[in-house]
Amino acid sequence: MNSSAGSSINRAAVLGLSLWVGVLVLLSHWMGQQAHHWLPVQASNAAPLVDGLFSFETAIGTFVFGGVLSVVGWVLLFNRAEKYDATDAVPIEGNTRLEVIWTAIPFVLVMAIAAYAMQVSHRLGLVGPMEHIHAHSPIEMQGGYAGDRLPSEQIEVIARQWSWEFRYPGSNVSTTELHLPIDQPVTFRLTSDDVLHGFYIPAFRLKQDVIPGRAIDFNLTPTREGRYRLRDSQFSGTWFAANQADVVVESREAYDAWLKQAAAQPLQPGLSLAVQEYAERQQRNTSGWATVPPAPPPQVNVPGSSDLPHDA
Amino acid sequence: MTIATFPPEPPPPPSWTRYLGFSTDAKVIGIQYIVTAFFFFLIGGLLAMVIRGELITPAADLVDRSVYNGIYTMHGTIMLFLFIFPVLNGLNNLLIPTMIGAPDMAFPRLNTAAFWLVPVFGTLLIASFFVPGGPATAGWWSYPPVSIQNPLGHLINGESMWILAVALSGISSIMGAVNFVTTILRMRAPGMGFFRMPVFCWTALAAQSLQLIGLPALTGGAVMLLMDLSFGTSFYRPEGGGDPVLYQHFFWFYSHPAVYVIILPVFGIFSELFPVYSRKPLFGYVYVAVASFIIVGLGLIVWVHHFFSSGVPQWMRDLFMATTMLIAVPTGVKVFAWLGTLWGGKLRLTTPMLFCIGGLVNFVFAGITGVMLATVPIDIHVSNTYFVVGHFHYVIYGAAVMGIFAAVYHWFPKFTGRMPYEGLGKLHCLLTFVGANLNFLPMHPLGLMGMPRRVSSYDPEFAFWNVIASLGAFLLGVSIIPFLLNMLSSWIRGPRATHNPWDAIGLEWLLPSPPPEDNFGEEVPTVISRPYGYGSGEPLVEHQAEIERRLQLQEAAA
Repeated sequence: MNSSAGSSINRAAVLGLSLWVGVLVLLSHWMGQQAHHWLPVQASNAAPLVDGLFSFETAIGTFVFGGVLSVVGWVLLFNRAEKYDATDAVPIEGNTRLEVIWTAIPFVLVMAIAAYAMQVSHRLGLVGPMEHIHAHSPIEMQGGYAGDRLPSEQIEVIARQWSWEFRYPGSNVSTTELHLPIDQPVTFRLTSDDVLHGFYIPAFRLKQDVIPGRAIDFNLTPTREGRYRLRDSQFSGTWFAANQADVVVESREAYDAWLKQAAAQPLQPGLSLAVQEYAERQQRNTSGWATVPPAPPPQVNVPGSSDLPHDA
Repeated sequence: MTIATFPPEPPPPPSWTRYLGFSTDAKVIGIQYIVTAFFFFLIGGLLAMVIRGELITPAADLVDRSVYNGIYTMHGTIMLFLFIFPVLNGLNNLLIPTMIGAPDMAFPRLNTAAFWLVPVFGTLLIASFFVPGGPATAGWWSYPPVSIQNPLGHLINGESMWILAVALSGISSIMGAVNFVTTILRMRAPGMGFFRMPVFCWTALAAQSLQLIGLPALTGGAVMLLMDLSFGTSFYRPEGGGDPVLYQHFFWFYSHPAVYVIILPVFGIFSELFPVYSRKPLFGYVYVAVASFIIVGLGLIVWVHHFFSSGVPQWMRDLFMATTMLIAVPTGVKVFAWLGTLWGGKLRLTTPMLFCIGGLVNFVFAGITGVMLATVPIDIHVSNTYFVVGHFHYVIYGAAVMGIFAAVYHWFPKFTGRMPYEGLGKLHCLLTFVGANLNFLPMHPLGLMGMPRRVSSYDPEFAFWNVIASLGAFLLGVSIIPFLLNMLSSWIRGPRATHNPWDAIGLEWLLPSPPPEDNFGEEVPTVISRPYGYGSGEPLVEHQAEIERRLQLQEAAA
């Protein structure tokens, strides 16, 4: 009698638990899909890889978090002491088998995530600057670049307090608005004139600190036409927040036309919101705290704009 | 048997003015630490209100950009070095001697000196608001070269005062750590082997060992930074052949473990409180205790994950990703142990228990975003964005500060002799939990969208989540009011506490509330079983019934 009642309760418990796990799995899957919407548009070939990994981890994370919340919710609902019950619960001190299980499963899980992430990061070819690799990038070794699509021209990026300057040495053009051709691998040489900066284009999912005293080679391939923001991501002083520039990804033809037109323009001051605000601050004589003055705006062929609507 | 005279007639209560002087009593010093810490918590919180006030609109319109940078720098510095470390050292002072049955800390005068350095460097740091040029504005990491730019060129400036304050804080913490480690290793009650020690003491031992290993790196790094700033050396100056990334290694070699120095004692608090309010033993005590030291070992080899994007080679990125992910395993062991403790218990949802449950939920969320951040390709996208700020505040406010509030409510009766009010406590808990989640959850979508941290202005597409975050922050600001009301009024005229109001097991609950100056004095009981014997009916110490009966008689007479 007792044993049959016990087994039917167990059967109900197993059934209920399986159902609940099923609900959690569905919810986790759904959250994994939602995760894509929390990120900006994908505008480089790195973006789908990063987003895929993030979606995967969101799903796993939802399952873990949902599981913990379920236990907490359950005990809050069903394991509360009765109002005047001062007695203790059944003293369960531990369970070695459970300890082994909940050590082993997370271990395997995080190591699997790490292995997946290493694979993605090698495919991204996010080589550190200490390995100054030009022709032999890991992407190429894995056949990521076709022979005829090797980086054709290196773009110099010069970060300052507080402006971004982009130079196209092959075309003799400089600008404060970065233009890139679509579907074409680009190589940058990142340098800083003063402090640390961060070269960060969220739509590309890529970021590299710019370190004074070093020239860092950095590769990427834009895959979507549009206008995106480049944001300084490593705190660089007073006008750090204003140290942004636009990145325009366009067709090869439009890009070539832009370069040609730009080369014909005379040099003029580029964009620097910091210089503008600093001048206003000097006039107002406001009582802010001490700041280094902004570097003069770089002399460029095309200042570009940072007021146009951007896609991300 | 000497037990017959224990406890002695209590002497008249000492004057409250002892809290203002150089006391060597760990219980006085503990309260000095906690009260000082909460004073600076209010200042740091006020700065947070200014930050969120600025960020409620996209433009930099509330304060000047330089002022904003100074305020966020000082918010982080004050909250870490003047709130969270001191408040935890306060708990260490109160709990370690009473939990292990020691009369005081091993080096009482060193303890006094360690505490009194806190107001000294606190004053130094606050004074930096008033020097020409204003306080440090380079963030609490103080990365060179921006931190050594010194626009006015004065020898005494906000940044140099900041470095001195941080170095003094390091010295104070090392003095504290030497004391806590020695006390735990050498002064435990008879019969209290390591595996009969409460988990709070295990986590304190682990955390303070980390301080001893890690702090010299930060202090050395800070001294070199000061040399670069004030005396023209080139440790980190690229134009003189220095390397700015070197500083990042020194800084994070300590400052990542520092997060474990903060969270480990909070794990200890969870491990103490869940058994009391579930009326069950801690599930897998030995595993929980040992996991603390696995976290110490791993915590020392993860620091590079703070600058994956600053130019480290691929092998380093892979290695430090793997070590960082591994920390999830011992941490998971602890989380599962707490769930195992709750499971099938008889839960009493008191204020401390509610804070613990809220803190646990927030901590698990932070753990998940932590694994995401460890993943190099994701970290490349979200590092230095609001995603990190959100993750960090879930750990520090959502889990650590909630755990600290739980501890304050739980041990308040023991050390003040008064009961805190439950209604105000629960209101405080609710406001904290809702406020923290409203404040810090929106930071995750902001970071994913690409909003950098430390900005005084932002593009309009980020406005929606920032408004919600600011409203949450203001709610958190309000949540402090019931806390302060509760602490003040219950300390002054709250109902008197018995020696064990929560029916908890532990040496500290076998002392009167508040305990006499030398705790058990010469009559230290002999520990005969493991902690957390809820439901087993086994006594913790020899002659336990007699000790308790005498405490009850004494309370009845009072």
